[in-house]
Amino acid sequence: MIKVEALVKTFGATKAVDGISFEVAEGETLALLGTSGCGKTTTLKMLNRLIEPDSGSIAINGKNVMDEKPETLRRGIGYVLQNNGLFPHYTVAENIAIVPQLLGWDKTKTDKRINELLGKLHLDKKYLSAYPNELSGGQQQRIGLARALVADPPLLLMDEPFGALDNVTRAKIHGEFKALDELKRKTIILVTHDVQEAFELADRIALMDKGKIVQIGTPAELLFHPKNKLVRDFLNEQRLQLEFRAIKVTDLWKYLPDGGRKTNTSSLSAEADFWAVLEQFKFEKGEHISIQHPSEEKVKTITFEQLMAAYSHYKQLQAHE
Amino acid sequence: MNEQQQTLWQFMAQQADKLAVQTLQHVGLTFISLLIAVLIGLPLGIYITRRKNFSGLVLGIAGVLQTIPSIALLGFMIPLLGIGAKPAIVALLLYALLPIIRNTYTGIIGVDASVKEAALAMGMSKWQVLFKVELPLAMPVILAGIRTATVINVGVATLASYIAAGGLGEFIFGGISLNNTNMILAGAIPAALLAVVFDFLLSMLQKLNFKKVKGAVKIAPVLLVLLSGMYFIPSAYGSKLTAGFTPEFMGRQDGNLGLQSKYGLKIHTIVISDAVMYKAAQEKELDVISGYSTDGRLKAYDLVVLDDDKKIFPPYYAAPVVREDALRKFPELEKTLNLLSGLINDSVMTVLNYQTDYLHRSPERVAKDFLEAKKLYRADRGGNAGVVRIGSKIFGEQYILASMYTMLIKGYTNYNVATKTGLGGTKIVFDALTNDQIDLYPEYTGTGLLAILQASPKTVTQLQASKDSTYNYVAREFTKRYQLKWLKPIGFNNAYALMMREKQAKELRIKTISDLKRYLDSK
Repeated sequence: MIKVEALVKTFGATKAVDGISFEVAEGETLALLGTSGCGKTTTLKMLNRLIEPDSGSIAINGKNVMDEKPETLRRGIGYVLQNNGLFPHYTVAENIAIVPQLLGWDKTKTDKRINELLGKLHLDKKYLSAYPNELSGGQQQRIGLARALVADPPLLLMDEPFGALDNVTRAKIHGEFKALDELKRKTIILVTHDVQEAFELADRIALMDKGKIVQIGTPAELLFHPKNKLVRDFLNEQRLQLEFRAIKVTDLWKYLPDGGRKTNTSSLSAEADFWAVLEQFKFEKGEHISIQHPSEEKVKTITFEQLMAAYSHYKQLQAHE
Repeated sequence: MNEQQQTLWQFMAQQADKLAVQTLQHVGLTFISLLIAVLIGLPLGIYITRRKNFSGLVLGIAGVLQTIPSIALLGFMIPLLGIGAKPAIVALLLYALLPIIRNTYTGIIGVDASVKEAALAMGMSKWQVLFKVELPLAMPVILAGIRTATVINVGVATLASYIAAGGLGEFIFGGISLNNTNMILAGAIPAALLAVVFDFLLSMLQKLNFKKVKGAVKIAPVLLVLLSGMYFIPSAYGSKLTAGFTPEFMGRQDGNLGLQSKYGLKIHTIVISDAVMYKAAQEKELDVISGYSTDGRLKAYDLVVLDDDKKIFPPYYAAPVVREDALRKFPELEKTLNLLSGLINDSVMTVLNYQTDYLHRSPERVAKDFLEAKKLYRADRGGNAGVVRIGSKIFGEQYILASMYTMLIKGYTNYNVATKTGLGGTKIVFDALTNDQIDLYPEYTGTGLLAILQASPKTVTQLQASKDSTYNYVAREFTKRYQLKWLKPIGFNNAYALMMREKQAKELRIKTISDLKRYLDSK
């Protein structure tokens, strides 16, 4: 879908981005992760040419972005900013309609699309005639997302999209974000400094430092096979929580005992991460949880002790690999 | 104060035509210059947000322009653009530039960077970002700048009357010269009201919410052009010759009013400051001007005085006017001041004025040279037996006289001298005298009679016969009403006079004011 090669950007004497290459497949979510000043935002902004690269190439669906007019290019790429960047002098409806207007859509088409999006984002229609400053931070961020999605671009760039929100709102929007079917078929590149957010939302993570990609891979790869000390240190602080996020029940499947007593409670999919299963235990009154494997058509009913045993088994094997 | 012969309201009703014309001119001047200032300032302000390294330079230059005193700026304009509306508009627009450029710049710079980034990222072009995002969001700040500029312009536009561009300044400065409070207020109150009203209207515009501003922004240019057009409504008439009269001359019975009633003179007239009138006549911007018969520039600019064949200009013999309590306090003062009496006749005064006005010698030098030539000069005794305060009006002749009196008092008595020269007009200097701010100043019999005593036309006609009768009447009335004493006349008669370029007067065979009227009436 998108292929970046040897991208370089220098500001004065500092190399903000120093020869970055990566590829993102259709429908995949890549997180650019790193501390401030590591070049992740600069990299993102070069993708839609908000910043012009010094050298290197960017191809979207095999087409060099430099061959297109920047305005045309940007109208085809969704963009979500940290501070939402909503126009304070436009109503919510006008804000969402910016790109359709630039693309010359007629009013009926625009209105229909806006209504459809509002429903998906759980926003009341009464907000359409409100101005952004009349909305809460979480609502503003949803409008920002709607604005980016309205023209249904195949590619979505997100610059610390949830950075300005408090923890509770952020967790809620993370959940909605993952559940939104609009986003499931999109290719997303997400910039964040929040390790948990990257682990929760991304299929793959590119950990950046000093303008370079230190390691790129799935969350589990970064966690269990860090390339160097820097990667390990970066993830260390929240290691346990990250592991719970990174490990899927499918990874533990073979260590879980077959059978067990069936319960009447709703069963969980084995694609859920370890954290989600633990949370389920917290809220279930019974001791047992049923987990359904998607491909094997098989249900295993387990206890908390059995789950933890499988986890430590898995961890020991990872350490010896 | 003079007795108020009529109320302000009566004056305004009586002069309603003039007031309307001046108000229209005032509004017109303000908004033509504002319109041009917006047309220049707005794009310039936008430009320096794009090329930040020019912003310091541009704002610096606009800031310097702002600090030039308005009178001086108008003065600079005359050699470049002559007199009338053009230089006034340019001067006003230069004043309006800084607030407009600065507020456009700060307004646009102040637009939230993430909003600008979002606009670009949505795929807006540079121009779309400017017109859909930056300008609408900067509009309250830009409007605040335009509001400041409007109020500045309404104020400075009063000075436009100095260079014949009209406006409410005609009444204000005419009133100051004529000692006519009603006339000053008839100009000052509407000018202040205009400033308040425009300020209020623009503040309303600023407070409108974003939605309504979108419409208002489209109406504003139309409104600006309409208001600008007001300037051209009054000036739709003309005549063969153009006259330039000072505000003072315009309102006096022995000035333009007398020309109209006694001579029936109808001439296209513009109001102009004494300071630029002679120059404008020489440069053929004006054909007929009101001047003073002893003015040095008469000689410098090759002008001739038209004979006042119907005797409407009363004699203007100069003499020092002194507070009676000052004469008691300084016993030697009267004797010393009288040293000058009878010494300076018309031609001597013209030569002295010529030296200061045209040869640009300092009034002190001219005064000292004259006293030395007359063997009257004595060195400063450095006395400290009290301080005599001498005032003067704001033109050359008065400076010279004030200098002479200063030197005489310092040389002949043990008094010290403080001078307060350059007091704007008759009203200002006379009020300073009656309010004990100064002890004396040189005044003219005609001014005393007409501007200060405001004698009735009947009295004036009776007194016109001889110079002595006017002097005696004025001296008597001043003692009675104000406890002020007229000392002996200095000698010269600085009367009002109409003058033309010598060459043109010869060509048109105009020697008297009646000749002028005949020429104007012939088709």
